[in-house]
Amino acid sequence: MLDNAKTVTDAKKRYSAGVMKYAQMGYWEPDYTPSDTDIIALFRITPQDGVDEIEAAAAVAGESSTATWTVVWTDRLTACDKYRAKAYRVDPVPNSPGEFFAYIAYDLDLFEPGSIANLTASIIGNVFGFKPLKALRLEDMRLPVAYVKTFQGPATGIVVERERLNAYGRPLLGATVKPKLGLSGRNYGRVVYEALKGGLDFTKDDENINSQPFMHWRDRFLYCMEAVNRASAATGEVKGTYLNITAGTMEEMYARAEFAKSLGSVIIMIDLVIGYTAIQSMAKWARDNDMILHLHRAGHSTYTRQRSHGVSFRVIAKWMRLAGVDHLHAGTVVGKLEGDPATTKGYYDIFREEYNPMALENGVFFDQDWASLNKMMPVASGGIHAGQMHQLLTYLGEDVVLQFGGGTIGHPHGIEAGATANRVALEAMVFARNAGRDIWNEGSDILRDAAQTCTPLKQALETWKDVTFDYASTDAPDFAPTPEVSA
Amino acid sequence: MRLRQGQFSFLPDLTDDDIRAQAQYAIDQGWAVSVEYTDDPHPRNTYWEMWGHPMFDNPDAAAVVFEVNECRKEHGGKYIRVIAFDSTAGWESIRMSFIVNRPADEPGFRVVRQEGEGRIVRYTIESYAVREPEGRRYA
Repeated sequence: MLDNAKTVTDAKKRYSAGVMKYAQMGYWEPDYTPSDTDIIALFRITPQDGVDEIEAAAAVAGESSTATWTVVWTDRLTACDKYRAKAYRVDPVPNSPGEFFAYIAYDLDLFEPGSIANLTASIIGNVFGFKPLKALRLEDMRLPVAYVKTFQGPATGIVVERERLNAYGRPLLGATVKPKLGLSGRNYGRVVYEALKGGLDFTKDDENINSQPFMHWRDRFLYCMEAVNRASAATGEVKGTYLNITAGTMEEMYARAEFAKSLGSVIIMIDLVIGYTAIQSMAKWARDNDMILHLHRAGHSTYTRQRSHGVSFRVIAKWMRLAGVDHLHAGTVVGKLEGDPATTKGYYDIFREEYNPMALENGVFFDQDWASLNKMMPVASGGIHAGQMHQLLTYLGEDVVLQFGGGTIGHPHGIEAGATANRVALEAMVFARNAGRDIWNEGSDILRDAAQTCTPLKQALETWKDVTFDYASTDAPDFAPTPEVSA
Repeated sequence: MRLRQGQFSFLPDLTDDDIRAQAQYAIDQGWAVSVEYTDDPHPRNTYWEMWGHPMFDNPDAAAVVFEVNECRKEHGGKYIRVIAFDSTAGWESIRMSFIVNRPADEPGFRVVRQEGEGRIVRYTIESYAVREPEGRRYA
């Protein structure tokens, strides 16, 4: 009788034809210590009733690396011990019966250098449909320096983006043009002009603005660049508008990117739905053409939002930093879209830090060294307004793009007034913080004082007062900050 | 027009006390504060003239205010800004930048359009002030 959770070491038994437990095949190695060059994945597994969690973890390791459902003799033509992924630790998830955290280590040679497509084909490939599991979620990954160094990383990075924009010491400001569909190119450019002249650094195409009957892409680009240049002259600032080059083919995206470049745009935009390889291609193009690359995470909530199944956004964030985008939406905490403060902090740290220490209270399971890869600028967008400026600055810090779409365009006295209200609120809050004020507690007073000399801000504060979106989060960390965990 | 470059150009002009408070924040972060001036405020004019070197070992923002006022004596009719450099690995660039002096009259910029084929327009932004030679701008 074979022990179900023990690797069969007798080669004759191990490779005799037939079906064998994954743990017996060598995909469960509780004594394994991951090497510095291993890629480590942390999965949340929910085994089917009656399936042992060790065997489930071993099965995930097997199906995401070398295994198939039955023993194959051709394993013996390879250094199969090296290529087998190794589940080495399985812990119950706190307060979640039936769910387990499985740690799995993968040898570096399992992956092609510099390819997110190849990485994901293994890690989130077949295994997510595997029948013995009710649900599976990729929670986090540790990417070794040896692997990180095979990627370009963000085309521009936070520091050089600021140098190009000549904008330091404060969050950048943006707005998405609304309504998101239906405006003609000429009318669209009007919104861009008013918002930029009023004090925003950026305006933005929405994710589904590509080239539709009401506005073809060349029209949008031409009118937007007229607006950008007029606003730049009116303020003496560098301005930008994220021209969305998302299209049905790479050829078309390159053509749109080249046109944006020829018009002098500082930034272009793509949607997450174009796919990992297309994103990496555009990141390379952006590096070669001095272009800031904005990524709108369209579609991510289909797989990031539910706790039991899918891929955590923190993993998507890591992949996108490798893939090489400069901007990526990451949550607002206080706005209308998903994100509790602790989890969102974990995302922001992944975007902006050189080194992420393990922080279970923020959902960060591994130490991660970014090996001097550029930093990504997080974008906070969705249901935020000037009256929340103290909360936004406290939660999100300085290196972030705050995007007020409705909070700019919905201002009762127009788009320019809305933009000015946001910019004055922002500058007043940064000024007060630097001068030693307690902005968390005095934020409302600081805004009211700033509104004394700024009518648009006064009107904004009256319009939106203390609008906030306070719903329970569907994706909060599993670990509360306790001394044992955070030490 | 009002030049909107820098962190605080949408706020009322800073007082010397304001400048001291902001400079002290920079110093307390370990950043070196510097004073620069220009008569060419084009948004892509990166290199304003340096009023001395960045003050690397200065612990007291009063010295920054002193230098700003010395600079004003000579260049009071121009733009003057205070910037802060962070030498930390992975940053090694500017962390703060704010305008502390402006010319009495700010003529602003004009957009120059060169119409090309296929509706393409090549844009240039030009400061009205730079039509005069250096030293004769802003009176």
